[in-house]
Amino acid sequence: MDEFADIELTVNGEKIAKRVEARQHLVDFLRIELGLTGSHLGCEHGVCGACTVKVDGSIVRGCLMLAIQADGADVWTIEGVSDSGEIEDLQEAFINRNALQCGYCTPGMLLTAAEMLEAGRKMTRAEIREFLSGNYCRCTGYHAIVDAVETTMESRFGG
Amino acid sequence: MKAPRFAYIRPESLDEVLELLAEHGEEARILAGGQSLMPTLNMRLSRPRLLIDINRIEELKGISFEDGTVRIGALARHAEVMDSPVVAEHLPMIAEAMPHVAHVAIRNRGTFGGSIALADPAAELPACAVALGAEFVLASARGRRSVAARSFFNGLYETERGDDELLIETRIPAIEPGYRSSFMELARRHGDFALAGVCCHAKVDGNVLSDVRLAFFGSEDRPRFADAASAAAEGKAWSDDVKDAVKEALGGDLDPIGNFHASAATRLHLARVLTGRAIDRMVAAG
Repeated sequence: MDEFADIELTVNGEKIAKRVEARQHLVDFLRIELGLTGSHLGCEHGVCGACTVKVDGSIVRGCLMLAIQADGADVWTIEGVSDSGEIEDLQEAFINRNALQCGYCTPGMLLTAAEMLEAGRKMTRAEIREFLSGNYCRCTGYHAIVDAVETTMESRFGG
Repeated sequence: MKAPRFAYIRPESLDEVLELLAEHGEEARILAGGQSLMPTLNMRLSRPRLLIDINRIEELKGISFEDGTVRIGALARHAEVMDSPVVAEHLPMIAEAMPHVAHVAIRNRGTFGGSIALADPAAELPACAVALGAEFVLASARGRRSVAARSFFNGLYETERGDDELLIETRIPAIEPGYRSSFMELARRHGDFALAGVCCHAKVDGNVLSDVRLAFFGSEDRPRFADAASAAAEGKAWSDDVKDAVKEALGGDLDPIGNFHASAATRLHLARVLTGRAIDRMVAAG
């Protein structure tokens, strides 16, 4: 029972051991302790989705999970997922469709879209919108983002 | 904002959790999915001295079916409930409600037990539990007890759970032959909290309704079982006249709290419209 603890976890495939403050949430840990600034903080209370990261295979709100809870977890951020090349086509589609302007929501959008693509099937635009409903974008009006996800699904899984 | 300072402990057994709760009571908070607790910490609306993380307690996990009852462990994640074949078969109302519970990333982490224990008046699952006659099992160092959903919710974030008690599981009677369920809600953005929501459960024979159970959320400070509206449909063949009578009776059951999202009158109107549609669909489903 302490305000600090030692944790060990894997971040983007790399083993990390750190002492963390109990109150530090996962995104502050990634940004401040590890310098992985691709995960953004918007509202910091679970509404906007800018902090989306992948923990043990599923996307979560990085601001609603403590770093200490990620002890033993496998964490992936936009940096790792970009470097691995696994969503290169999705990122290309975002650029081609102008699916971002300021780019603040983009890491969260991409990780959410990546989880959609993991379902391995083409979804309807309504399904795509529903899946993205937890991620705010204040620039694009979403249309271009839905276009980009749909385009990627078409090229991966057929029209 | 950033959470205030607190101590953290991650017990490995249920007994250890219950001992900690007995010792620390209201100074401690239970951390399950954290999807509601963490925002209150980040906004400093809550300042517990200790967080007890129950995420690694195996006996709180899982969903199972036995003797006509579905058991949903407190730690069952929303995503797990949503994908559960047991829930789809035996609790169609909950299966229908799950896509409305928050968003994907939150469903991956938020828990069934957390939603019940928090008792947010706009949440879907407490109202489903009320409509379906669920029982909540509470454990403490003093022993275990079971509380019926209809007497569990006392008000805004207020429940029968004592400070030294942990909600360990929810037991819900499986749907019986001849029965049908229907769930509907209205929210500004898909997955956001409801402006109005209804859970319907009834035996449907042709278009005759019996054992009608209507529960509402997003209306007042707790999920509300609608006695008068349920009675207005009881034993009746569903028709426009009965629909009007149910909507009229609902005015006596609900006393919605208006705010900047929607006025009290708007909420009551929306609840009435949804009720008509939900029963229409439930009757037509046969």
